[in-house]
Amino acid sequence: MATSASSFRSKYRAATDHVVTGLAILATVLVVVPLVAIFVYLLLKGASSLNLDFFIKNPVPEGESGGGMANAIVGSGVLLGIASLIGIPIGIGAGIYLAEYGRGTKLANAVRFTADVLNGVPSIVMGLAAYSLIVIPQHHFSAFSGGVALGIMMIPTVARTTEEMLLMVPNMIREAALGLGLSNWRSVLSITVKTASPGIITGCMLAFARVAGETAPLIFTALGNAFWSVNPNREIEALPLQIWVYATGPYEDQHRLAWAGALVLIVLIVLAVSLVRYVTSRGVLKGAS
Amino acid sequence: MGVGIEVTNLNAWYGTNHTLQDITLNIPANHATALIGPSGCGKSTFVRCLNRMHETNPIARVTGTVRIGDMDIYSDAAPVEIRRRVGMVFQRPNPFPTMSIYDNVAAGLKLNGYKNKRSLDEIVERSLKNSALWDEVKDDLKSKSGASLSGGQQQRLCIARALAVDPEVLLMDEPASALDPVSTSKIEDLIFQLKSQYTIVIVTHNMQQAARVAEKTGFFLNGRMVEFDSTHKIFTNPSDKRTEDYITGRFG
Repeated sequence: MATSASSFRSKYRAATDHVVTGLAILATVLVVVPLVAIFVYLLLKGASSLNLDFFIKNPVPEGESGGGMANAIVGSGVLLGIASLIGIPIGIGAGIYLAEYGRGTKLANAVRFTADVLNGVPSIVMGLAAYSLIVIPQHHFSAFSGGVALGIMMIPTVARTTEEMLLMVPNMIREAALGLGLSNWRSVLSITVKTASPGIITGCMLAFARVAGETAPLIFTALGNAFWSVNPNREIEALPLQIWVYATGPYEDQHRLAWAGALVLIVLIVLAVSLVRYVTSRGVLKGAS
Repeated sequence: MGVGIEVTNLNAWYGTNHTLQDITLNIPANHATALIGPSGCGKSTFVRCLNRMHETNPIARVTGTVRIGDMDIYSDAAPVEIRRRVGMVFQRPNPFPTMSIYDNVAAGLKLNGYKNKRSLDEIVERSLKNSALWDEVKDDLKSKSGASLSGGQQQRLCIARALAVDPEVLLMDEPASALDPVSTSKIEDLIFQLKSQYTIVIVTHNMQQAARVAEKTGFFLNGRMVEFDSTHKIFTNPSDKRTEDYITGRFG
């Protein structure tokens, strides 16, 4: 039997429930709106300048119309390839150390702290670091130095997500592996890391997507290159660099290409991330958690 | 075939906590031996000392000798080698969640470098039959994850995984405590069958379970072994007052 007090309480509970649900929905909308807005705006501004030339031609001299960003698209690919080769293995290795070997040690705490600080270092400082470590000794700009700057930026994100994901693997899984007579390294690589791999891959993709749009670290390193180049030892163009140069330039034609470049950059990042997700999810079994 | 286990003056610590004190007992080959006692009495620590899992905790320490068959496990061999001869089944089912049923059973062999595919198939089948799971999973061996099975099936999968490495001893740390009564009785039937081939040591909170499956029972209290005798004697005519108090439900 409902007394008036208890019916008031149940109404109050229902109202609270509605308010909290409403706030959650509002927050979701606030997250999605800017993303959709940016994408729609890019489509409106950039799609009209997209044509086959954009993907297969190099830039034309200032003032001339036409031309494309083929060299920048490929250059971004080369830079991100170098960055991933550096950032992902080192990041995952550091994450494995933090979670599986160094737990509670002073070195691990120092590494974790360093990674967090590194994550907060402005990206232009990464560019300056790569400039002084690689460009100055070599006496020339290069795709390699740009890749290193981006790779270093990937390390903290990859390392910390790897650590977090490994810590989420229940200890009883490690015990099961050791109990079968597996050596420690075997258990870490084939059981613990494998169990955490979906989360680790997500971390790598986050880091990848983040540096894919970076301009500042490339200014003193990759420099930019108006011509086609895939040589890691030479200057190279990158989409964000080209967008920045065109967007700040005086010509209307360049502005349009910059919009198109930004659209292409976003689409390529989404494609790359989706492709990795698709490839890595194919082997997942029914009921695997 | 199973081998006997001789434990002499075994002491174990977690940090400064002396969790096992001067344990000496002989566990007979090809029998099931049950260890009972209240929570925190050291019975789980004891079985973890029999395959050197205890020392995987950095603050843990052990002294004393444990002979399994002809091997002194604390001086003759590396932990990795011992754990292949002494299998373990844990309290909560812990199949490898990203692996198929087949790969779960084959994990111990495959990851130790065993490559012969055909005999691997045979070992997986035999292990699953020995753990009474084969008929339930034979059609999904490679398509379903070990984590997709029910709790009771998962625990039998873990038993199959332990059997696949062909151990001589099987340690079971409360293997049925997280399972429903039907799954529990399946595990108990299994223990009954397996002891012809393996020496089984089972930790249990459930005294009826000890009475049903084990020929020998040890009663642990506060890190010491109070009494070790035939299960029948422990449950009908214990020599120690504390054993009697425990099995009649006066504490614990």
